[in-house]
Amino acid sequence: MTNHYCDLKNADVILIMGSNAAEHHPIAFKWILRAKEQGATLIHVDPRFTRTSARCDFHVPLRSGTDIAFLGGMINYILEKNKYFKDYVVNYTNASFIVNSGFNFKDGLFSGYDAKNRKYDKSTWVFDADGGGIPQRDTSLTHPRSVFQLLKKHYSRYTLDKVSSITGVSQENLLKVYEIYASTGAPDKAGTECYALGWTHHTVGSQNIRTMSIIQLLLGNMGIAGGGINALRGEPNVQGSTDHAILYNVLPGYLKTPSSSLGTLDGYLKKYTPVSKDPQSANYYSNYPKFFVSFLKSLWEGKATKGNEFGYHWLPKIEEGKHYSTMHMFDRMYEDKIKGLFVIGANTAVSTPNSNKVRKALQNLDWMVGENIFNNETHEFWRAPDVDPAKIKTECFLLPAAASMEKEGSQSNSGRWVQWKYKAAEAPGDAIPVGEIEIKIMKAVKELYEKEGGPNAEAIVNLKWDYLDDKGSFDVMKVAKQINGVFLEDTVIEDKAKGTSTVFKKGQLVPGFGNLQVDGKTACGNWVISGSYTADGINKMQSRGKEDPTGLGLFPNWSYAWPVNRRILYNRASCDINGKPYNPKRNILEWKGDKWVGDVPDGPWPPMANKAQGKYPFIMQKDGLGALFGPGMVEGPFPEHYEPLESPLESNPMSSQRINPAAEIFNSEMDKVASASEEFPYVCTTYSCTEHWCSGALTRWQAWLLEAMPELYVEIGEELAKHLKIKNGQRVKVVSARGEAPCVAMVTKRFKPFQVEGKTVHQVGMPFNYGWLYPKDGGDSTNVLTPTVGDANTFCPEYKAFMVNVAKL
Amino acid sequence: MQITRRGFLSLSGAVGGGVALSSLGLNLNPTRAHADELGKMNRIKVARQVTTICCYCSVGCGLVCSVDKATGKIFNIEGDADHPINEGSLCAKGAGFFDLTEANKHRLTKVLYRKPYGTEWEEKDWDFALSRIARLIKDTRDKDFVKRNSKGELVNRCESIGHYGSSNVDNEECWLITVKSRALGLVYVDHQARV
Repeated sequence: MTNHYCDLKNADVILIMGSNAAEHHPIAFKWILRAKEQGATLIHVDPRFTRTSARCDFHVPLRSGTDIAFLGGMINYILEKNKYFKDYVVNYTNASFIVNSGFNFKDGLFSGYDAKNRKYDKSTWVFDADGGGIPQRDTSLTHPRSVFQLLKKHYSRYTLDKVSSITGVSQENLLKVYEIYASTGAPDKAGTECYALGWTHHTVGSQNIRTMSIIQLLLGNMGIAGGGINALRGEPNVQGSTDHAILYNVLPGYLKTPSSSLGTLDGYLKKYTPVSKDPQSANYYSNYPKFFVSFLKSLWEGKATKGNEFGYHWLPKIEEGKHYSTMHMFDRMYEDKIKGLFVIGANTAVSTPNSNKVRKALQNLDWMVGENIFNNETHEFWRAPDVDPAKIKTECFLLPAAASMEKEGSQSNSGRWVQWKYKAAEAPGDAIPVGEIEIKIMKAVKELYEKEGGPNAEAIVNLKWDYLDDKGSFDVMKVAKQINGVFLEDTVIEDKAKGTSTVFKKGQLVPGFGNLQVDGKTACGNWVISGSYTADGINKMQSRGKEDPTGLGLFPNWSYAWPVNRRILYNRASCDINGKPYNPKRNILEWKGDKWVGDVPDGPWPPMANKAQGKYPFIMQKDGLGALFGPGMVEGPFPEHYEPLESPLESNPMSSQRINPAAEIFNSEMDKVASASEEFPYVCTTYSCTEHWCSGALTRWQAWLLEAMPELYVEIGEELAKHLKIKNGQRVKVVSARGEAPCVAMVTKRFKPFQVEGKTVHQVGMPFNYGWLYPKDGGDSTNVLTPTVGDANTFCPEYKAFMVNVAKL
Repeated sequence: MQITRRGFLSLSGAVGGGVALSSLGLNLNPTRAHADELGKMNRIKVARQVTTICCYCSVGCGLVCSVDKATGKIFNIEGDADHPINEGSLCAKGAGFFDLTEANKHRLTKVLYRKPYGTEWEEKDWDFALSRIARLIKDTRDKDFVKRNSKGELVNRCESIGHYGSSNVDNEECWLITVKSRALGLVYVDHQARV
């Protein structure tokens, strides 16, 4: 989230799209309803009518997988009707930048496409610079190659006719949403968007979100109270687990994983440290080397020296251009190339797409180590239905873990609040915290390497790994402090602006990431969390102060929000170029002549009207401005509509590129695909319910919750049910090209057929919370149906739009 | 560390006389409350109050666990009325938080081991599991370790061990998982953020 949960109350218009907040984030929805009580308009755009729709001012159904078309139409509306916030767009976005003359877009493809490798050469997706290397700008926004004019041209194709025909949304409904949402382009209005898996689970998931980011920048809704783009994330610490990078492509704090061609630390740092020639761009990532070297020091402390490039080569390097995400991992395992697997606090045999392939792949393992509080379908894959245990070679461990309230530590919510949890009771039996299990496993591995040696043994033998206390238990404070950062030598920090000089002693905690050093004097496990402790060792994550000085629910003294306790990201954009709030009624920040007052600002510099010292507001962007033109994306700098991998349409009404041209295609014999096929004529989507959580791995074992939601079902609209002669409550099977899921039919008014490209398209939906292990008659995973394909940038699977048939059992 | 959950609860857990409790969303004047509920309320009054954060979605609601001082067991969990996000309220899952404690008979309490081609789990101790797992990790890693790629570039990676999970453990645990995975040279490292 750019903002945070309590801030949802500050919005004038809330667009909920890609989320069923009322059922899946009920407490978040409380803040949404609080906005409504204060007069806000709530809009729900979703294929299905849900309890969220019921509490919104209105519900607009759209066909799954057509969000970019819907939002592209809104961009077109905003630009055509001059509804954008001109002052904001000119000053705070790259609308005025001039794009390279080689850049173009034709028939669904941007310049530089390599069809064979399904990827782009981005060399024309760049800005023209002046002689000093600063991007050229046309603040009149009229230059034909300005970002603004290119944006306008690109989305002029998203006419009401076209969008209505693709999405199945009536023109009347399109206009209603566009008009109300665009009204937040006024300086004193705030519009926000809440999304969840309904946006990420697509081959164009990242671009769904980027399309909305463009809208938010056009309307001046970024960086303000009641604005932003707000992901209602689905796991308790998914923000933290992402920050700490249990991911192949990043290291803690979103530092990049080194790749094979980056043979030296200097070469690596050069590649990932952006350079801006514009003195008004803070370009905060110019500090990247400090964050990275401090991370290396947190792993190997004294053993990481300047002479050995701070241990850079001990880190694994991924192959250039190759990916290692969950789907890649199981594809590789299916090829019998992965022999050992850790599965911690997860149930991947239920939650990963094309579960039949995943379950087959698991049979190739020599060993699997599981850590959990309950058993689940992944740990029991060797005796799943139709599997003969006597033929499965895998050596399996299932290690008992402490539950959340049986251990101490911190958890980060979607609003980036890092909140401290205390231990209430001992874990039962032999169960211990996952952290302790991990420490003990690695300690045993370390001892083996110390004794026997092995390839790149230095990475293991030299690892700082002293996180057990005197009694041999998990010392969580020690880890939390290492994450925050510590001075490894006596260090003098000079602040030239303030004219101060502070001495920090060896062993003292780093007060914030601004103090991290590039020469190895500091260790910091994750720079974005640095500052969660004070230099004197006060744990700010434990803070429980309820003060609310702005009255806008920032709660600056409750827990610790990263970065630097900032509650609303990009908050300097809430003020004009002189630092005066655009909306004085929702003043989160104001320049008082010599300093900012309010939320923790995005840097101390004066507002940008001060040409000598002022900085642009989007300090993490190299150019300091919001990116309407976003060359970082793999499929293009402007989002474009492509059909899902499996769609009811034979072609894409927007271009001759049917699917995302940069999406990776998996080709194993179990990766069957059936698009626009008579055999599988209905669009299917998957979702959760209030009573279960994710794969159901925790909630299916709880009698109260299971009684409320006992088994798998498919929701079918009344028209389709009538056509198929299926009655409510009847047993049916849902079939895709990859598998079939027997379940109960729930005939409902919640799904209505769509009129798409002149034909009637039906959509059905199923929850994803069940598995064969427990309860015995609850049905199996919905993911036996879903395809192995994902977003081209993130590899988040396409669970929200694929094709099925439904038949009576 | 012991935390009080309300302004009117002192550190020792004693409650001022005549103050109504609102844990069930009702104004429960002890003199009028149902006898059973009064019993529980009295137990809560003298219990150790420990705050935690919900373990389901990412809203981050606060909860208060009441722990019996004599047994050390949790006997009640409810929403934290002081928490600025949930203000004491909880969804169906959060309200059922108690069923994640050891009161749930399905909780795993022993190290379980399934030998190759085995048909059942066997109970083992930690020493067995840790030494056997370490051996398996080292043997697999050493056998398949890729020091240099086909271009001869130094890559120091192990492609034959995968890691999955978890966004359902604490930050400090996530960081340890990340560090362990990198030190082993793993590249197939992923978790629920991807889905």
